[in-house]
Amino acid sequence: MLKFLIRRLAAMIFTALCITFVVFYLTNLPPNLEKVAKSEAGSRISDEEVQSWLEKNGHAQPLLKRYGEWLGVVPGWTRTDEAGAVTGRCIRPKTDPAEAPHYCGILQGDWGFSTVFREDVSKIIATRLGLTGLLMFWVMVTMVPLSLLIGVLAGMREGSRLDRTLSTFSIASTATPEYVSGVILIVVFASKLVGLQWFKGSANSAMDGLTFENFALPVATIVLYGTGYIARMTRASMTEVMTAQYIRTARLKGVSFASVVVKHALRNALIAPFTVIMLQFPWLLNGVVIVETLFNYKGFGWTLVSAAGNNDIQLLLGCSVVAVLVVLVTQLISDIGYVFLNPRIRIS
Amino acid sequence: MEPLAWGAILATVLRLFLPVWIALIATYALSIAFKRRLGLYGKLFDSTVGMIGFGFVMFWVFTALFAPMIETRDVLSQISQMKNVVPGTPIPDGSGHYLFGGDNLGRDVFSRMVAGSRIVIQIAPLATMFAFMVGVTLGLPAGYYGGFFDTGLSFLANLVLAFPVILLFYLLVTPEIVQTGLPQYIAVVLFILPLLFLLLLINSRYYVTPGFRNIVIAAVLVIGGWAYLSLVSEADTKIAVLPQALDLIHVPANILIVFVSVVFVNAPTVFRIVRGIVLDIKTRDYVSAAQTRGERPWYIMLWEILPNARGPLIVDFCLRIGYTTILLGTLGFFGLGLSPESPDWGSTINAGRKLLTIAPWPALVPAIALMSLVLGLNLLADGLREESLKD
Repeated sequence: MLKFLIRRLAAMIFTALCITFVVFYLTNLPPNLEKVAKSEAGSRISDEEVQSWLEKNGHAQPLLKRYGEWLGVVPGWTRTDEAGAVTGRCIRPKTDPAEAPHYCGILQGDWGFSTVFREDVSKIIATRLGLTGLLMFWVMVTMVPLSLLIGVLAGMREGSRLDRTLSTFSIASTATPEYVSGVILIVVFASKLVGLQWFKGSANSAMDGLTFENFALPVATIVLYGTGYIARMTRASMTEVMTAQYIRTARLKGVSFASVVVKHALRNALIAPFTVIMLQFPWLLNGVVIVETLFNYKGFGWTLVSAAGNNDIQLLLGCSVVAVLVVLVTQLISDIGYVFLNPRIRIS
Repeated sequence: MEPLAWGAILATVLRLFLPVWIALIATYALSIAFKRRLGLYGKLFDSTVGMIGFGFVMFWVFTALFAPMIETRDVLSQISQMKNVVPGTPIPDGSGHYLFGGDNLGRDVFSRMVAGSRIVIQIAPLATMFAFMVGVTLGLPAGYYGGFFDTGLSFLANLVLAFPVILLFYLLVTPEIVQTGLPQYIAVVLFILPLLFLLLLINSRYYVTPGFRNIVIAAVLVIGGWAYLSLVSEADTKIAVLPQALDLIHVPANILIVFVSVVFVNAPTVFRIVRGIVLDIKTRDYVSAAQTRGERPWYIMLWEILPNARGPLIVDFCLRIGYTTILLGTLGFFGLGLSPESPDWGSTINAGRKLLTIAPWPALVPAIALMSLVLGLNLLADGLREESLKD
């Protein structure tokens, strides 16, 4: 088990390094850096001035060295200009260069400075992640029980009318991406046209105070898309379990159907959905970005979009690190959890 | 002219879709009449769910085909008095009505929805097909040979899959990246795989008749090679290998990048599915029989294993077209790639969402259109799965 864990962890770290390198390369392409130079030093500067700005700020070094500096495994660059003033990656303005640390990257907790929000990236991400965490929490609290219930009810009697109805609902739910269901939900529940106006079409006020009125629609939008998939997986796993020998034995012994479902089938049927739910996290990330944009809820997804849209390189890199880590960690948890839950799988 | 009531709008819309209804009825009549001779496609008409799904899908396919006949207005022409008007409002000069209302620039929502179907129906199936050919060409040898090749490719596939899709889109589909020519380099790599797939397919089949094989391969190489070069090379970009006179396929850079990124996102999943199926099938007796007969590996992979993997692959193909449609909509929703003027459904939803509570039509109409297409594809896949399991 320990060996398996170590191997998985090593693979995960290697993957994370590869992906962050690709993201670093793509965000630090010459045209992007040129745009940063122009937005920082004035939009009308000449090409030579752009070049000298890039050199002054350490962007003209080889790609691998810059990546190492950003990661925090290569000492940050320093530079002494004609007047003798020392500037460097790790030297904050108006501090003594001698006291500055040699390494300052992601690993040291220095995530850089956002050029758009004028704030430390780590601070921005921490607040925004908090807001998104709240959204995710409510989504999970609603989605998991709902989809498991639908899946189990549909799967316990395959081919019944209940099964057909619930399966059709699941298919319809997977066919409705967030930007479609969000639009429909807003029109039905928040527009003057239908006149219901039960909820608010924007979750902007939810950032200060969460109420049912301003948070129901964003949560419902994500839940609607995610439910179908998990429910279908649960149904597939449940129908498989219901045809197993021990279920028939239990029925023949005279155990009631409800008791068979709850006591015998459920436990084994829920192993597969666990993996699916864990792997659903990266998907939710997608949904979160769309929903936060649609409902103007300034969480992590919204930050990612605005960082990408405004060429805010450091912030975008920070967001990518978080996003990639979420994906990889959930993959790891689902792998390990699957092994723990399913005694039939042995790791040798 | 008088504004139209709901009943009249519905009647007019149904009348405008007349070519689509005729084509649909013809398709269904012919298919049901000959369903016993049409294999899996014919069996689809035994399942109600599959028939409903097929109906939705074909509705949009025919709409895309007959779009110029159905559209009532030019998709870009704006009438300033018609901004955000309700459905059924007459046009001031008396030339008709805005059946599904007007958008924030005074364009006809109905015509834009119809024109949008063209973009989706053109890109989504084609991109899915490319993703499949890439996935199959790499997945077959990975599953069959295993070993180092498999480990490396699986790692790469997992790498792409660990990328959050939206982040990947934001990184790939930007004007700066298009400037550097990176999407074209990816296109160079991705688009050679379908050509390779075709060549391998033919070579392994006709290996024993070299004369015939050489002619066919030469023909495929010339036509396919030209199509490939013409597709990837574009004048005034980093890759302009073909001279202007020969470069007949012009794909605008922004469409190419959308296409490439969608293929790029889908191919690893297809790879994993194909690899998994191959791992399962290669232990079967008929594969051992072929090996004992002395067939070469590519013949076994393409003509023994692949045909037997077609069931799950066809089902996944349908599902994946739906997923690609959703991805295209996502791209449009974030205003990536396609021009903001473009009538595709994602971009229209994006343009309409700001005024959702006041004028919902511009966003609601394409949203429902997109949903019905994806729902149709999902139902179709469900029907196909049910029927293919009956064998």
